[in-house]
Amino acid sequence: MAETSQHGEHGAPATGETRRDFLILAAGAMGAIATIAVVWPLIETMNPAADTLALSSTEIDISGIEVGQAIVVVWRGKPVFVRHRAPEEIEEARKVSLDDLGDKQSDEERAKKAEWLILVGVCTHLGCIPLGTKQGDPRGDFGGWFCPCHGSHYDTSGRIRKGPAPRNLEVPPYEFLSDTLVKIG
Amino acid sequence: MRRLMIAAAALALGLIGAAEARAAESAGPLPSVDFPHIGVFGQYDKAALKRGLQVYREVCSSCHGLHYVAFRTLSALGMSEAEIKEVAASFKVTDGPDAEGEMFERDGRPSDRIPSPFKNDNAARAANNGAMPPDLSLVTKGRNGHEGYIYAILTGYQDPPEGFTLGDGMSYNAYFPGHQIAMPQPLSDGQVTYADGTEATVATMSHDVTTFLAWAAEPELEERKATGLKVLIFIGVLTAILYAINVRVWSRVT
Amino acid sequence: MSTPVPRNKVAQWIEYRLPIFSWANHNLIDFPEPKNLNYWWNFGSLAGIILVIQIITGIVLAMHYTPHVDHAFDSVERIMRDVEWGWLIRYIHMNGASMFFAVVYIHIFRGMYYGSYKSPREILWWLGIILLFLIMGTAFMGYVLPWGQMSFWAATVITNLVSAIPWIGETLRDWLWGGFSVDNPTLNRFFSLHYLLPFVIVGVVILHIWALHHRRSNNPLGIDVKSAKDTIPFHPYYTVRDLFGLGAMLFVLFVFVFFVPNMLGETINYVKADPLQTPPHIVPEWYFLPYYAILRAIPDKLGGVVAMVASIAILFILPWLDTSKVRSARFRPIYKQLFWVFVADCFVLGWVGANPPEGSFVWIGQICTIYYFAHFLIILPILGKLERPRPLPDSIHEAVLKKRGGAPAVQPAATMEKH
Repeated sequence: MAETSQHGEHGAPATGETRRDFLILAAGAMGAIATIAVVWPLIETMNPAADTLALSSTEIDISGIEVGQAIVVVWRGKPVFVRHRAPEEIEEARKVSLDDLGDKQSDEERAKKAEWLILVGVCTHLGCIPLGTKQGDPRGDFGGWFCPCHGSHYDTSGRIRKGPAPRNLEVPPYEFLSDTLVKIG
Repeated sequence: MRRLMIAAAALALGLIGAAEARAAESAGPLPSVDFPHIGVFGQYDKAALKRGLQVYREVCSSCHGLHYVAFRTLSALGMSEAEIKEVAASFKVTDGPDAEGEMFERDGRPSDRIPSPFKNDNAARAANNGAMPPDLSLVTKGRNGHEGYIYAILTGYQDPPEGFTLGDGMSYNAYFPGHQIAMPQPLSDGQVTYADGTEATVATMSHDVTTFLAWAAEPELEERKATGLKVLIFIGVLTAILYAINVRVWSRVT
Repeated sequence: MSTPVPRNKVAQWIEYRLPIFSWANHNLIDFPEPKNLNYWWNFGSLAGIILVIQIITGIVLAMHYTPHVDHAFDSVERIMRDVEWGWLIRYIHMNGASMFFAVVYIHIFRGMYYGSYKSPREILWWLGIILLFLIMGTAFMGYVLPWGQMSFWAATVITNLVSAIPWIGETLRDWLWGGFSVDNPTLNRFFSLHYLLPFVIVGVVILHIWALHHRRSNNPLGIDVKSAKDTIPFHPYYTVRDLFGLGAMLFVLFVFVFFVPNMLGETINYVKADPLQTPPHIVPEWYFLPYYAILRAIPDKLGGVVAMVASIAILFILPWLDTSKVRSARFRPIYKQLFWVFVADCFVLGWVGANPPEGSFVWIGQICTIYYFAHFLIILPILGKLERPRPLPDSIHEAVLKKRGGAPAVQPAATMEKH
């Protein structure tokens, strides 16, 4: 404070002005940084929390699933379809030419073991759950799944064949721990 | 301005006084013991945390759970993922129901939280002469005296003084309110064999496990203090600049 | 001074339909404030900012909190451990409540010292008291939410106060509880109201500021603004000073948040609520301690409750209990002393409230309670008639000039200009 008054006394108000401009600039810049520093953690709180992230894998026993049947398990709060495919379903999925597909993926890429198809059961259009897992469900024009919300048809490899969905049903990361035990996630 | 600061200081003192007055209700004066993580910049003693975990696993965990501490968070003690998996697998966790509708036990996973050995509070009471071993997740935060109190309890087992009648199955503890504690003396010299060669006296083990429990209660402590220092420096500088601007602006007023 | 009509075309378009620019200009930029306000006048804006901080952190916490007796405590621990920055947000909210009360109490004491409640600011003062009640209710219900031991037992003890009301008391209490003890329905409604009340507070704050801007700020001299020479525009003088005050307050708040976050809290509240076991020593948070001491000073259940409510409600009639025509304590030599005695009395009450009602705490509490009410009901009415106030200055401007000239050490920069 004493310093500023000296400037004033020596008739150099400009120095004082410059110094205040600098102070205002510094305060403004720090204020901006502070605002970001305040907003950032507030936004980050809404991310998946540590316990949610930790619960990212599930183990499933698949020994009880008959050929041609499918089950639904919950993984990360979403349904996962596990289908024990019949030979004709596998054959149908594998003979399709990639040119006929919107989202080009071969069945070999999608199923680590041909008889087991594991998919995240969420329609890639707007997130509804497609029908076709339970016996008696409509399975669409391609014998896989059919989403009742907006009419997307998936084939026996869970690939989109008709309707508004942009991508194939997602394959979650999974591994076979043994012949009857699969770890998803 | 000066009077304002005096008032602020007085208010702060008053608040601290009120807090002190309320803290002073635990049984008797506690022995003075230092923990490196207490104090403005104090951080946890990592080696003590690991030894404390060992004491917890080998001694405390046979009766007490750590319901709010997940195995995965042990990474803060400097443990690798493989070590954490191993620790987790050494605990049994109740899961289910399975396909038959039954609950079943399985090995713990890193995402699990450190379970109590008892199915529920009533089972814990039944197995312990009617006294429930409390969950220890927040024990240093939720007891007056905090770390000092826990340390005092662990080291405070004595023979009862002349004429003191102990209840059936109770032990005498100098620092427990009422001096009758249902927990038998948990630690004795040499009870665990420390991997790092530290001599396992009752005092060391008590100190280590108290450090571990303090971490269990406040895992955010280190990040909190480190962030706090940066934040305070930043706000301090910003406030000083604002004060300078304030003085300049007001110097125009006559 | 800037013109109220904006130059920007878009701004003009908006201004024509909703005069928000001239409104903001009038209330935040050009608004004439007395030029002699001191730092004690910072606490109103600080209270407003803390309210905003509490609302923002509270909204974030509500996203992670579960209002159920089986999950509330666990969800708070989850916030502390698993939610990103959750511990920071919760500790700010927790200590922010204490900060809110500290700031509001200073704000109220300032109003009492400088006679800000006197005509024509009685309604402004009433709105402030209503705000205090609302803030207390919100803080109390918020304290119940973590469902720790002290949450539960504070809720039990405080809701039981209404059972003191003759005839309908117990029915009313069960209605408050939504059951026959503090339980899940109670927790649910407290959560609902704890979320609602802050917005009610915002509404009353708007009225409070409306009343303030209608009759203008009081000032340390307590005399009316007489001419434009007595005032300066709000911006930049008070905007800059309020920003500085904000920085200083945040510094104090963050010392607590980062280094002693649980100092003001009750240790036992980190033990989950147990309806079958009362902690040995039930105490409220520090900001309720004086009222708690008044409650316990009266050996009768209903009487205690009435005295406790009256201790705040009496502020409603303070403008008429204080019979002095002079506002500021600066010109009231005896009141000035007695004001500090009153402040000390409040502190002693707080200290008594923090201690168990045994031994000398009982009579100290009773004497302080009697003095508390005597201050309002006996001292103030009589003092106004007897006291001879010192002469008031003619205008704020004159007083400021005199002070600057007479005390160069305080403001060297200003003195320099007069050389």
